[in-house]
Amino acid sequence: MQDEQLTIGGHVFASRLFTGTGKFAAKDWIPRMLEASESGMITVALRRIDSHGKNENILDFIPKDVVLLPNTSGARTAEEAVRIARIAREAGCGNFIKIEVITDMKYLMPDNYETLRATKVLAGEGFAVLPYVLPDLTLAKKLEEAGAAAIMPLGAPIGTNRGLETKSLIALLIENCRVPVVVDAGIGRPSHAAEAMEMGADAVLVNTAIATAEDPALMGRAFSLAVKAGRLAYMARMAEESALAQASSPLTGFLD
Amino acid sequence: MSVYSEIERYHDFDFRSFFAGVSKARVEAVLAKEKLSEHDFLVLLSPAASGCLEQMAHRAHRLTGQYFGHTIQLFIPLYISNFCSNECVYCGFHRGNTISRKKLSLAEIEEEARAIAATGMRHILLLTGEAPGVTPIAYLEEVIRLLKRYFSSVSIEIFPLDVEEYKRLRLAGADGLTLYQEVYDEDRYRLVHKAGRKTDYRYRLDAPERGARAGLRMVNVGPLLGLGEIRSEVFFCGLHAKYLENTFLQTEIGLSLPRMNPAEGNYQPEFEADDRSFVQFITALRCFLPRAGITVSTREKASFRDKLIRLGATRFSAGSCTGVGGYGEGQPEGTPQFEITDERSVDEVVQAIRNAGYQPVYKDWDMI
Repeated sequence: MQDEQLTIGGHVFASRLFTGTGKFAAKDWIPRMLEASESGMITVALRRIDSHGKNENILDFIPKDVVLLPNTSGARTAEEAVRIARIAREAGCGNFIKIEVITDMKYLMPDNYETLRATKVLAGEGFAVLPYVLPDLTLAKKLEEAGAAAIMPLGAPIGTNRGLETKSLIALLIENCRVPVVVDAGIGRPSHAAEAMEMGADAVLVNTAIATAEDPALMGRAFSLAVKAGRLAYMARMAEESALAQASSPLTGFLD
Repeated sequence: MSVYSEIERYHDFDFRSFFAGVSKARVEAVLAKEKLSEHDFLVLLSPAASGCLEQMAHRAHRLTGQYFGHTIQLFIPLYISNFCSNECVYCGFHRGNTISRKKLSLAEIEEEARAIAATGMRHILLLTGEAPGVTPIAYLEEVIRLLKRYFSSVSIEIFPLDVEEYKRLRLAGADGLTLYQEVYDEDRYRLVHKAGRKTDYRYRLDAPERGARAGLRMVNVGPLLGLGEIRSEVFFCGLHAKYLENTFLQTEIGLSLPRMNPAEGNYQPEFEADDRSFVQFITALRCFLPRAGITVSTREKASFRDKLIRLGATRFSAGSCTGVGGYGEGQPEGTPQFEITDERSVDEVVQAIRNAGYQPVYKDWDMI
């Protein structure tokens, strides 16, 4: 069975694993991780791009064939996110933007309201907007309407590695959204990524679990395989779990 | 609302007998929990917890890696004035000390900024003594505007201000505030702060929350270890940071445990924390506050600081000079506020961080 292509913002992605640039022990892990994981898109915080001549510039560590997904980390309002996005585009970081508006530094939960406001503006300016949100179907439909290129619901708070704590809410998004659903944040193990893909997520974004592994390249490879396995299982229409046991010799079979 | 009421709750608490009563089994029970309460934190500060230091260190290492990755954020301090109207018995800038006093002009500050920027540093911490007449808000605004041309982040470690004054400095470009209470024990505070504006315990204690209310992005608190009974001081520091985290969701909260070094006043600290206890306190704080930034300054010696990279530290100062100026062509003026013990250059500190398997981060902020 042929898988359909994943297209976001007019770009076709061969891999359904997206990655991030934060938290690595050294920047030279980034190209090695990208190669091992085959990830086709990587997110980078604009505020961390250091163009000072003496220091390493993170952009130099990202191969040209990998799509850059600048993010607005640090923004506390829609206006700040919009400004960061415009600067990213002017700086040659491309047309993609992940909107991350966080006003809660304790749990790092996204501010859905500000995110929607920023999405409206930036989609109107032709950006391929990927908003990072708490999974809320009503909001997701509004984001779609505003022109979001994909929706990025969180599985669990950033960096917690707790997996798909919001699974039933994400399921509603997957069932009802026309644009791709990319599960972002909280994915701590390859099995979490596989779980997201099995339930029909279009892709996942993983940073902490890969970047803080002892061997980020090897962990990137592990995630790549898990994402593929989960996707194949989804395509194979795996059997649903059931709360009740189902006898293989049904009692009412004689009625058929 | 004030952190004062949090501290008040422990006014009659007998820390000494509490700590004496903690068993190793109780420490182990705390370490088996996922989320620690205030009381659990106290347990980890007890002498008995010292026996579980390795477990605490592993937990601190894991949590820090999880929330901050394998990175250390770098910043550099710049003293622009050592004029001071306070009499803090432990400080080299004490108004009674006959040291040469100096306030940098804008031109001198620009020269310093240029020299510092050439090292690659992008985050700067601006420091002054407490002499608002000499370094008024208008002057500080100008200094911050000037530094913003050279650095992506400008933080302040100056005398406490009102909300409106903090707002003015934020609008000039400051984004972070460091303000150490020095000592949380109010009686001890009175003993060591003899004269000047700093005698007002409450005004200083409430300053970090005024800074947060004024919209500063990052607020850093802590005690100066040596001025009060150490374990309870570390506890109050944790309590303070927790209170700020809970009250100001928008603000990144950080802390630090500066340990006393000999200063010009030749003050002999009454309380001391040895290296083992220091590691216990840092790891206990990390277990209690997984997301708090933890700064380790050049007060700590190089070899010890390098070890703390894996034990919970997230921010390092580097290439520090604690006299006024000192980075540009001219010699630093006056006596330093305290003696630094890690005298390595920025490049040497960066190399040490890399050797520990961590990424030195010059820049993680831009006010856009």
